[in-house]
This record gives sequence, structure tokens and C-alpha cells, in this order.
Amino acid sequence: MSKKFKAAIIGPGNIGTDLLMKCLRSDIIEPVWMVGIEESAGIKRAQEYGLRVSTDGVDGLVAAFAEAPVDFAFDATSAYVHAENSRKLNELGVMMIDLTPAAIGPYCVPPVNLDSIMADTPKDNVNMVTCGGQATIPLVASVSRVQAVAYAEIVATVASKSVGMGTRDNIDEFTRTTSAAIAQVGGADEGKAIIVINPAEPPLIMRDTVHCLTKEPADAEAITASVKEMVKEVQTYVPGYRLLNDPIIDGTRVTITVEVEGLGDFLPKYAGNLDIMTAAGLKTAEMIARRKLAAG
Amino acid sequence: MNIQGRKITLHDMSLRDGMHPQRHQISVDQMVDIAKALDAAKVPLIEVTHGDGLGGASVNYGFPAHTDQEYITAVVNAVSTSKVSALLLPGIGTVDHLRMAADCGISTIRVATHCTEANVSRQHINLGHKMGLDTVGFLMMAHMISPEEILEQAKLMESYGANCIYCTDSAGYMLPDDVTERIALLRAELAPETELGFHGHHNMAMGVANSLAAIEAGANRIDGSAAGLGAGAGNTPLEAMAAVLDRMGAETGIDIFKLMDAAEDHVLPIMDEPVRLSRDSLVLGYAGAYSSFLLFAKRAQAKYGVPSHQILLEMAHRKTVGGQEDLIEDIAMEMAKKRS
Repeated sequence: MSKKFKAAIIGPGNIGTDLLMKCLRSDIIEPVWMVGIEESAGIKRAQEYGLRVSTDGVDGLVAAFAEAPVDFAFDATSAYVHAENSRKLNELGVMMIDLTPAAIGPYCVPPVNLDSIMADTPKDNVNMVTCGGQATIPLVASVSRVQAVAYAEIVATVASKSVGMGTRDNIDEFTRTTSAAIAQVGGADEGKAIIVINPAEPPLIMRDTVHCLTKEPADAEAITASVKEMVKEVQTYVPGYRLLNDPIIDGTRVTITVEVEGLGDFLPKYAGNLDIMTAAGLKTAEMIARRKLAAG
Repeated sequence: MNIQGRKITLHDMSLRDGMHPQRHQISVDQMVDIAKALDAAKVPLIEVTHGDGLGGASVNYGFPAHTDQEYITAVVNAVSTSKVSALLLPGIGTVDHLRMAADCGISTIRVATHCTEANVSRQHINLGHKMGLDTVGFLMMAHMISPEEILEQAKLMESYGANCIYCTDSAGYMLPDDVTERIALLRAELAPETELGFHGHHNMAMGVANSLAAIEAGANRIDGSAAGLGAGAGNTPLEAMAAVLDRMGAETGIDIFKLMDAAEDHVLPIMDEPVRLSRDSLVLGYAGAYSSFLLFAKRAQAKYGVPSHQILLEMAHRKTVGGQEDLIEDIAMEMAKKRS
């Protein structure tokens, strides 16, 4: 039987619970802790699945760490408390995977830069950017690995019901963080992000458009092939990630559109924007765990 | 209708909404020329921004000929009595853009969200209010929800610090009764000192009629555009609105003949195409689609051979909201596939 790495999930809300469902299926990550700040439906559900729980925040986990240690922690709370959570758990040697917008650690989009992040010096905190970033940066990278990209812009259209108060209170954070990561991780000289929220019923499935402006006229054949390969790569952890049409290539403009349907583990299927965050978080932990195994 | 003696603030849109039909290519010189003509006509407020608001420069919506900063600075320096406003759509522009525009000398920031999503505007309205700007909450596509739902959203914006709330008919879909119901409820339920405004599009030729309905129900700010230059069939023609208000004895402070000059001699000559009530724009208004989809649908027609008005109908059927321009090419491709 292969070794499983133990994990804690901080934040028993919709995101944390969806992540729990995904972790339960993992062949290498085993969820053992659910951390909240009070009794809640999410805490109760985690107990039903046999997890240890803390209703005293990360301190509860730290106090009982010797009895039930973890290798990884996923933080699905908020940027405000993430720094403290991360500090306390890093001290115990726990690798932190940050699903909040805090971004203390480097941006991580698993199929694009996880290997290079971990290759230099192992990090103890990585940040999962934003939902729009996880959905689009692989596509930007799939163009920039073929030829130089002067500018990349993404438009994420999401269902109103899938956008929580955290994002709404600070929507600029989405715009800024995603723009920065498009350049830094996606490999474009300059990045721009736009988010459009649509309240239609039934809720629409997340849709993302990526526009890249290449420095030289775009090589249609090579880019189309690279995009399709990247879509397959993302599909390994988000099966509902679909290219809607072949990339539209017009001179130096490359336009790619995908739809992101979630697995519907705990979050509704239309909330592909949330699903891709939890799926990418787990994928990151799994990839790091495999590196650790390989390293012995 | 008796609106005798009512004080109405008219707000010109030709240098912001008018950017849509001009593909955001109005030059700084043209802006300055038009702004001076509007200033001479004593138009109190002129909006200057990319058509999609601050930070709208993009592949998706179009790159403008100049930056927002260049446009706003030039117009602020060109006018003597008119004030300048900027538009900001959270999700496109950020508070950084707002700070930049304030540094350039705007007096008014208008923060626009889809009519159901007011709670994405908190940080921007808060900041505008804190900076002492005239801060307006702008609820777009207001035909899509009931007056009661609009009120709920308007209250949020008011609570964030907006001193004026707009009911925005982005699709030019509303008829006068729709406007009356919405504005009357807002007037009855919002704080008495909160101003109310109406922004119309002339897609069903209802711009002036709807604006009058808004005034009668309690609005005191009306958007229009010299020569109607705006998305779709354009905005409420400002010179016509001013003339009507003059005849009805409302006070706008505007020199209506000079405003006619501004429209005729300064705005009309720069138009790429006449802004008129075409089949496409009528479909926008009739079915309820966002007015700035118009040129995108026309481009898709040219590329994929699918009639633009059918693309616009489909956009309306899918309950799209402002900003979803990227869907238009997809829909055209799908329609073209089905035809072949």
C-alpha cells in the first residue's frame, strides 16, 4: 500500500467541504483534520467522515499536533487570517496551500509552474492565485511556450451565485492578483484581468476568454496544438474543463475560450470557478507529495 | 405633466458612451473641441472615459486612441464652468483608476454594476465618498429586475456612500411606465437627500419620453448625449431633451441654441456612421440586449456571414449582461456552423 500524506483543511465552508470530498478520493492525500472557529454544518459533516475537528481555529490543531500530525494544510478561510495560520503551521513543518488571496507564497498554477517553484528551494507556502487565474493562466502559458506574448488579457464570466462575499467586498483584489499572475506565471509581458458576473437562472457555467497578443504573427498550427495539449493537462484534475472552439487566430491576436464545469462534489456544477480552485489545490498537494515520495 | 420650475441637471455622455460607436477612437483634439462647445452651452457635467469605463482599454472592448488619463486631463483643462465625470465598472476598473481620475480633476465618479450586483461596488463607492467626490451608484440593465429588487440594490449603494442613484436603461428596453415604477419607488424609499438619475438609450425612440417620466417620478439628473452620440441608437439626444425641458419650464441652466450648435457643428462631424435607430438597435431595445454589443455583432456579421440582429437577439435570449462582448463571436460561429 502506498504511503498517504496527511492533510488539514482550514475553513469548513463550501470551499473547504468541496475540497474534503476531493481529498477523500485521493490516492496520496488523506484528510485528517477539519479546522473551524465554531460548531457548524461543515464541522459536523467532517466528523461524520471520521476527521478530527477543531472549533478553536488553527490553535486547536497545533495543540493536538503531536497526536495527529499533518504534512499539508489547505487554507480556505480569508486573507486576513491566513498569515497567522501559515506561520503557526509552518513552524511545525507543515506545507501550506493557500486558497485565499493573501499570496504570501509564490503563485502556483500546477500544470504551469509547480515543478519550477519546488525545484529551486522547497517552499512552505504556495498561493493558488484566483479562480480566474487557475482557469486561464494555463492557456496563456500554452501560447507563451510557443512564441513570445506581449500582452494577455482574460475575461472570466461567472454565475452570480458562485461569487461569495469575500470576492465581492474586494473585487479589485481579483483583478490585480489575476493580472499579476498572468504576467508572472503565464509568461506574458503584461497581463490584464476582467470579471463579469451574470445573475441568469439557471446559473451559467463559468466561461473564460483569453486574448493573447503575440509579438510576431501567431503560428496558428503550433498554438492550436499547444492549447489542446494544455487543455488535456488541466482536464486531468478538472474533467469539466472544455475548449469551446478552436483558438481564433487573427494576425497577432489569439483568442481562446473555455467553459469550466465543476464536478459537483459539494459545490454546484456551474460553480466551475470554485471547483477549479479546490481541484488545483489538491493537485498541488498531490504533485508535491509525489516529489517527496520520489525523493525518498 | 407639470415640471415647471424643477431644477434638472443634464449630464452629457458623448465623450464616454459616444466612445462605443466611435470604437474608442475619438482623438484628444476632438474631445477638447466638443467639450469646449458643451462648456459654452453651460452643460453642467460631461463624462469622459473609455466607453466601458476607467481601465476599459482591452482587446475585449477595444483599445482607445488615448489613455483615460490623457482624455480626462485634456477635457478638465479645456472647460471653464462644466465639471467632468468618469465611469468605473468594478471588475474592469479598480480603485487605482479612481485615484488617477480624481488626481486628473474629475468632480464626479459613477460606479456602475449590473443591476443585481451592487455589492461589488462597495470599495469604489466608499473611496469616492471619502475623497469628497460627487459619488453616483449606476445600476445597469435596470429593466431586467423588478422595482423592489432595484430598490434593494440601490439601498446598498446608498449605504456605501453614494449620494445619487441611477436607474440605467442600458438596453433602451424600458417604456415610460417601467421608468415611472422604478424611480417612484426609489424616491419613496431612499433618503430624501439622495439624488436620482436616469440614463436612457434611444433604441425604442423612448429616450426623451422615458427621461420625462423619470423627472415626473422624482429624478433630477438626466443623461443624454449631444447629437445622441452613444451606444445602440445612441443616448437620449441632449439638445432635444434640453429644448423639451425649456418648453416645459424646467430649469437646466443650459443655453439650448449653443447646445444645438455643439451637437450639429462639433459632434455630428466626427461620427464614423450616423447614430440612428437602425434595425440592429431596435432589436437591442425590443429584446433587451446591452447597447454596446452593436458594433461587435456587426463585426461578427462581416466575418461569419450571420445577420447581426439575429446575433443580438440571441444575446438577449441568453440573458447576457454588460461586458459579455466575448460571447458574440462564439454565438456567430455557432450560428454559422448550424447554417452550413
